[in-house]
Amino acid sequence: MHPYKRLTLLCGHYGSGKTNVALNMAFELKRQYAQVAIADLDIVNPYFRTKDSSAALEREGIRLIVSPYAGSNVDIPAMPQEMYAICDDRRLHAVVDVGGDDRGALALGRLVPAISEENDYEMLMVINRYRPLTPDAASTLEVMREIETACGLRFTGLVNNSNLGAQTTPRDISDSMEYAQAVAKQSGLPLMFTSVRADFYEALKDKIPDLFPMQLQQSLPGI
Amino acid sequence: MADKVLMKGNEALAEAAIKAGCRHYFGYPITPQTEVAAYMAKRMPKIGGTFLQAESEIAAINMVYGVAAAGKRVMTSSSSPGISLKGEGISYLAGSDLPALIVNVQRGGPGLGGIQPSQSDYFQATRGGGHGDYHMIVLAPASVQEMAELTVLGFELADTYRMPAMVLADGTMGQMMEPVSLDFAVSPAPEKPWATTGTKMAREHNIVNSLFLTPEELEQLNFTRYERYQAIEANETRYEEYMTEDADIILAAFGIAARVSRTAVNEARKQGIKVGLIRPITLWPFPYAPFAKAAEHAKAFISVELNMGQMIEDVRLAISCKAPVTLCNRAGGMIPSPGQVLEAIQKADGGVSK
Repeated sequence: MHPYKRLTLLCGHYGSGKTNVALNMAFELKRQYAQVAIADLDIVNPYFRTKDSSAALEREGIRLIVSPYAGSNVDIPAMPQEMYAICDDRRLHAVVDVGGDDRGALALGRLVPAISEENDYEMLMVINRYRPLTPDAASTLEVMREIETACGLRFTGLVNNSNLGAQTTPRDISDSMEYAQAVAKQSGLPLMFTSVRADFYEALKDKIPDLFPMQLQQSLPGI
Repeated sequence: MADKVLMKGNEALAEAAIKAGCRHYFGYPITPQTEVAAYMAKRMPKIGGTFLQAESEIAAINMVYGVAAAGKRVMTSSSSPGISLKGEGISYLAGSDLPALIVNVQRGGPGLGGIQPSQSDYFQATRGGGHGDYHMIVLAPASVQEMAELTVLGFELADTYRMPAMVLADGTMGQMMEPVSLDFAVSPAPEKPWATTGTKMAREHNIVNSLFLTPEELEQLNFTRYERYQAIEANETRYEEYMTEDADIILAAFGIAARVSRTAVNEARKQGIKVGLIRPITLWPFPYAPFAKAAEHAKAFISVELNMGQMIEDVRLAISCKAPVTLCNRAGGMIPSPGQVLEAIQKADGGVSK
């Protein structure tokens, strides 16, 4: 992933872990670039949003572009008014957390003409073998095609974020590699990295190439 | 597929319903349960089932009535304001002795309220949200795994006792993701000789109806129905006890509040406070017995709820006011923290020690 493209668009099946990957990529970008933003374009999820990490983002000096209604009771699929900044302000390196599935990716479509024209982006498909509707390469590719059709942009790479939530073991990650490689082979896309909880990094770093350690967002501490 | 899969509560519930043989879903979108409808919309056409987004919640519950009368496993789901709209239809289901599953993924109220999690429909679910003398079996999941398993149980109990059952979840249970095993047993729907499946000129007409023209007959039906309710109270009450045996203080909590409470119990035990938790799994029938038993040694009870204090009334009834019962709560879509519950425990412990 080095050097990073100016825009990293994260799409994928609903619940595959895009928000955690997006947040950690933003933290990683901030270590390399002065001006970093994360844009939450999720119009699908009512809870567990990028905004839950707003304090940590502010601490790191990362600009959060999010609908003012995220996390509130205003139950409308609103887009953040500042979202055009990620295309207009080319000094920014930005991670875009797109909503799940084709329905979520539809919101990205509005920005696609500007993104294509500038042509300095990666569009990554976040995959999770342990989600019941994407257990194999064929079903994952089906979701990929639906997302590409909805937003009008083609994927450029894959992120293996296979996990079972709090009960994930390093073994679950190792077991997902065959799946991730099958998706890569059948889609013809490179597997950019495999993202894991930071405390699994040591156990897996010699077994899995391009391992990306993540701090997970704690939305419900103590529960 | 892997042994365990990572699912949202709403998805696990929907997939479990399919596993239970439900092939008919009627609903109307409302946050925070919309994933149930979305999942059904994707899955039902692939397995020869029916997903139908009705024009309203009222239409959906009456479609449920129709399929239930025809003897098939059927469900609808909604969130708090939508369940109020279904109230009339639920009463009709109960009055016609029809089995069906209704799911309420609660949000803050009253009125349109908000979209954040809540448990403020406890009264509505356990005391009847519709009119007339009736009960629903009410099941309260506290994990994504239970969202699945209690959905299956709901279908089974509804069929066994010929009555509507409700899964009373909350927004957190619907939205949170946890690993789930969907590898559990499901008992097939029993024979339903009363169903309106066509006489084929071989039997008398089956009539499904909740209108009775003579009060004597209606009274008798109410008496018979309540005998069935007594059998359910005797046989189907479910709960979980956690560290209650030597407890001076007993927490009462269901659903997400029980998860928070369990964390608080563990913290309090580290501080040497003897505290335990009773988690009702069936809210109707309510587990009165374990509370009565705990009241023989416990000196204080705390009801932890995401509402202004509803289940607390059942806790007081259960212990015949033998000990003080206090409320530890948040409302309007907010969730009590383990720290808040721990403080309530410490406060009660101060009272107990005196």
